[in-house]
Amino acid sequence: MREKIPFWRDRRVLQIIGQVVALAIVVSVIAILGNNLVNNFQRLNLTFGFDFLSRPASFGIGNPPIRYLSTDPYTRAILIGLLNSLRVMFFGIILAGVLGITVGISRLSDNWLVRKLASIYVEVLRNTPLLLQLFFWYFAVFLKLPKIDNPLVVGDRIFLTNRGLDIPWLAFNLQTWLALGCLVLSIFLAIVFWRKQIAAIEQGQDHKIWSWLLWGIAIAIILVFCFGIDWVNPQLQDASITGGLNLSPELATLLIGLSIYTAAFIAEVVRAGIQSVNQGQWEAARALGLKPSAMMQLIIFPQALRLMIPPLTSEFLNLAKNSSLAIAIGYSDIYAIANTISNQTGKSLEMLLIVMIIYLTINLIISAIMNKFNRSVQLKER
Amino acid sequence: MSSRISLKQKFTLLFLAAVLVVTVNACSSGGDPNTNTAKSTDGAEQQTASANNRLSTIKGRGSLICGVNGQVPGFSFVDQNGEYSGMDVDLCRAVAAALFDDPSKIEFRDLSAQERFTAVQSGEVDLLSRNTTWTLSRDTSVGMEFAPTTFYDGQGLMVTKASGVKELEDVNGKSICVLSGTTNEQNLADQMRKIGANYTPVVFEEVDALYAAYEQGRCEGATSDRSQLTARRAVLAKPDDNEVLDLVLSKEPLGPLVANGDSRWFDVVKWVTYAMIQAEEFGINSQNLASFAQTQDPEIKRFLGTEGNLGGDMGLPNDFAAKVVKHVGNYGEIYDRNIGKPFGLERGLNALWTEGGLMYSPPFR
Repeated sequence: MREKIPFWRDRRVLQIIGQVVALAIVVSVIAILGNNLVNNFQRLNLTFGFDFLSRPASFGIGNPPIRYLSTDPYTRAILIGLLNSLRVMFFGIILAGVLGITVGISRLSDNWLVRKLASIYVEVLRNTPLLLQLFFWYFAVFLKLPKIDNPLVVGDRIFLTNRGLDIPWLAFNLQTWLALGCLVLSIFLAIVFWRKQIAAIEQGQDHKIWSWLLWGIAIAIILVFCFGIDWVNPQLQDASITGGLNLSPELATLLIGLSIYTAAFIAEVVRAGIQSVNQGQWEAARALGLKPSAMMQLIIFPQALRLMIPPLTSEFLNLAKNSSLAIAIGYSDIYAIANTISNQTGKSLEMLLIVMIIYLTINLIISAIMNKFNRSVQLKER
Repeated sequence: MSSRISLKQKFTLLFLAAVLVVTVNACSSGGDPNTNTAKSTDGAEQQTASANNRLSTIKGRGSLICGVNGQVPGFSFVDQNGEYSGMDVDLCRAVAAALFDDPSKIEFRDLSAQERFTAVQSGEVDLLSRNTTWTLSRDTSVGMEFAPTTFYDGQGLMVTKASGVKELEDVNGKSICVLSGTTNEQNLADQMRKIGANYTPVVFEEVDALYAAYEQGRCEGATSDRSQLTARRAVLAKPDDNEVLDLVLSKEPLGPLVANGDSRWFDVVKWVTYAMIQAEEFGINSQNLASFAQTQDPEIKRFLGTEGNLGGDMGLPNDFAAKVVKHVGNYGEIYDRNIGKPFGLERGLNALWTEGGLMYSPPFR
């Protein structure tokens, strides 16, 4: 008779036991932590719940992107913080991307000066802490701008002080909305006519009419932009500026600081991506007699992009998360506002959860967009 | 790779199983508060140490962990030698003196306004003495327990003279620097709402960053407790270009606090604070303490612990009040040393009740 394998030597059984044990450990660790939390809540007579969110916030927020009063509920304050964070992340990613790609390509330039400058940029910014850089931008650059009693004025309409940049902004009345509608319509028409023009050129027909139409639309857009839209100009009165749009030095610091810092990392990603493209591709491009710019644009960069996107995604996610350093320089981002709320209400756990979920959602969206982009540039194997 | 399990793997499995048993046990013991007594010594110790008896934890540790600000001269400030000084710091020293007869047995933790309550809730600090305003919600929903007020303050507004701001209404359209997570932030919003003025709050997390930005002209005004404004104005580069306006926006009773739910430890902090006030009322200070050794006054004898068992019943040495006075001084000495002499602030509300102020200790009996 064949000897029966005892279960402790049976690999299949052992594998199952191993998994059960691992699961049990994970569950018990979570249970211990959860239990600890519940006990501590009881000890301090704290309750868990999100009812407090509908109470009035009763604190002020400077430069809210949409209307906000201190009587609004906490949810509205969180929304303001979210919008403040999102605008830094959105413009920060665009700025960092453009700057990073430029510096990355410059690091491989044939020009000695350009190459060295790009290297210095990368090494200096990559090797100093971001918080320090933010303080530098804030205290040594933006707060050193002219004071409010002696502003830098450009054409009577743009004011630059250490209170920020004040620019004319749309007056949201009927006329402006109509003009904005006209603009959108003209841009849509322009795209249609552009396509028609290209189709006409390709089929060898007369395309004069389409180019005349395009010129007409261009002139119309300029006219509407100049005369149709009602602008509110900032005005200087008794050492304070009213009207127009104020871009605060805190916003500028965060945007510039984050973009320039992240661009240094992106530059390295770009350099690595370009250097990974096979030398033969360069030689082939040169053999075709392409200009250096066309060579980069048409041959090298599209291939480098495939390698660049995954690490680039990480850099963008880092930028999004680093925006929470806003609190150090007085910019009211989601983290700063959540901190204030948790401090006022004592609901630190609840606010931590909310902030974590918000950051997670934002970062997952960024990842999803970048993954979609990644798929679109990958080799299509048929 | 053999399909048979090696001895080493067996031991690993055994170890994992042991870990599992232990953790499940620990888990179930924590879950039921009624079965605490019958548990392993390890579990029971943890339970009592964290839940009910911070006093014995501190005694066992041999030092007090005190959360302070560290950035406000007069209350808690680090000088060039790295020494802490200020009223808030002296309160911590008084508690350490009462516990250990040694005011230096303290570990100070610098906390921002944002961090302070979480540090108390989580038990990272035993005691918070960080110019914190006593409010209802902090006492209840935030889970704090406030010891007696050691400084009655009010919120003020410091402005640059160049700004031309003379009263609150002039703030319309201006920027005000304010610290996040403070009552000041909310009071400012309330006051501005009341007079219907528009203002741009610029909110900082760090005290030093706030005054640096104010000094560079980011805001026309900075708001905080009047004592803090007075103290910080003194260390600005050009104090004379700034003034603390003669207005009071709110009541700011500042004092030490501990976490909710540990009344023994709360009592210690409360009565050490009262001891400083009572000592001033008795006229006992660090200089003349020795002359009271032979006193026949029963009240003073009880206070100094030569009669009765007031300190012992609290879990402190019986002569804790004498130790506080010996090492740190009475309330008046502490006030003069930290606030009165350096900044010339009058006692005002902070005088003893016998002199028209609010400082009043319940009887030591």
